[in-house]
Amino acid sequence: MDLDESMSTESEMSQEPVVSNSQMKEAKMKQVIKKHPLAIRWFHWINFPVISIMIWSGLLIYWANSVYQIKIGDAVIYRFFSKDFYKALHIPYNLAKGMSFHFAFAWLFVINGILYVAYTVFSGEWRYLLPNKKSFKEAWQVLLHDLHIRTTSPPQQKYNAAQRIAYSAIIFMGIGSVLSGLAIYKPVQFSWTLFLCGGYTAARIEHFIFTLGYVLFFLIHILQVIITGWNNFQAMISGLEVIKNEKNIHAK
Amino acid sequence: MSKQDYYSKRTKEVSKSSLTKKLVISFFVFALMVASGIFAWKWLNNQPKEQGALKPLRKVLEANERILTTTFDSSKKSKVYSERDAVKKVRVNGWIGIKKEIDTVAWRLQVVRKPGDTLKLTLDDIKKLPKEDVIFDFKCIEGWSQVTHWAGVPLKTFMEYYHLNEQEQMKYVGLQTIDKKYYVGIDMPSALQSQTILCYELNNEPLPMNQGYPLRLIIPVKYGIKHIKQIGTIFFSNQKPPDYWAERGYDYYAGL
Repeated sequence: MDLDESMSTESEMSQEPVVSNSQMKEAKMKQVIKKHPLAIRWFHWINFPVISIMIWSGLLIYWANSVYQIKIGDAVIYRFFSKDFYKALHIPYNLAKGMSFHFAFAWLFVINGILYVAYTVFSGEWRYLLPNKKSFKEAWQVLLHDLHIRTTSPPQQKYNAAQRIAYSAIIFMGIGSVLSGLAIYKPVQFSWTLFLCGGYTAARIEHFIFTLGYVLFFLIHILQVIITGWNNFQAMISGLEVIKNEKNIHAK
Repeated sequence: MSKQDYYSKRTKEVSKSSLTKKLVISFFVFALMVASGIFAWKWLNNQPKEQGALKPLRKVLEANERILTTTFDSSKKSKVYSERDAVKKVRVNGWIGIKKEIDTVAWRLQVVRKPGDTLKLTLDDIKKLPKEDVIFDFKCIEGWSQVTHWAGVPLKTFMEYYHLNEQEQMKYVGLQTIDKKYYVGIDMPSALQSQTILCYELNNEPLPMNQGYPLRLIIPVKYGIKHIKQIGTIFFSNQKPPDYWAERGYDYYAGL
């Protein structure tokens, strides 16, 4: 089906005074946006369990030497992590297990990530993903809108400005995780990654901070998906977002 | 691209029935995928263990090892530090196989050239060979690291001096503590890397007991678990020598 054509006929028709034809259509036809290509949906849903396993096995590894804490002066603000935290998540001390999972599933994480980036580049999907000149200004307006401080949000395509920034940032975080991970995994053989990260200790901290970033991303992402509702969520499964009110789209 | 273009390119009109059909199929496939994911996860976790690691994961660790051994570049060195950087209080990375007291007079390093052909060396024999200092960031598999200063004879120099050329052609070196309770296996390229030493000094002093007196291995291209203390026996093999931590779920290679 040629999408461009059907769209233009539709808009021509709506300008005509005769409505019976379009009314009839409305009863049987639905307007949908082909939002997420099949490949993106696969990458997304494969990434979700894989990254969860990476974070879980990463915690098993971290627990062998859980020394990070946020301090102001001598006062410890937060210690990563308390015994209760590990207990609540049912994460026992098991470094060997953590490592065996981490270095097996890392392959899936890397392969899935490379395929996703390659697809995004070659399909042209990057156009809807990467932030543009306006995004950084608009992201602020989106934030105010989401916090119910502002009533209108800026016009958007597939993703709004805040999404563009967040979803692009997460790709770079992924690359950062792989590079800092390599620096920790093979600091001698992949010494260039160690150099990029600024040393072994720095690489470990960076790897840890990226992970905190994922968790933060995940929490906000889930919250936003719940707030945005079913139509948006199911588009990540079916690929199609159903347009509820056509006029709204054209009016904006 | 304007907003209008995005929608006109991506919008299509479908009949209600075909939309419903499409959604049902999508959700069915999705549910199937979730179910197979859960099934695969359960299957994986129910697999028997091989050397303490789930069998499929052990296979991946071994595959990683094959890639890393073939790409191993012995000219790459663990970063060298200056003596100033080395800590004075050196952390002990393991106590298994360490005896509190040993008969240092009776101690001999046993180098098994061939089964039944063992070279027995005193500490003085080893100290006669050219000494090298190794100051590097000692990395424990648990995650901590420390810049430490060690000295001893490079294993490569040692093997050349004792004409162990044939043994150098083998794939692995095996080492055991005096009491044989701790043991490691190391691939030959890592063992012959220039920073690998049979070490008898720490911070310019003889090794303390808890750091593996009289002789320990320092091998900067490996995690601390391979830096065996109180070496009793060295042997060579084309099969993987037994390795204490690899038998307990860890990666055999443990290279850096």
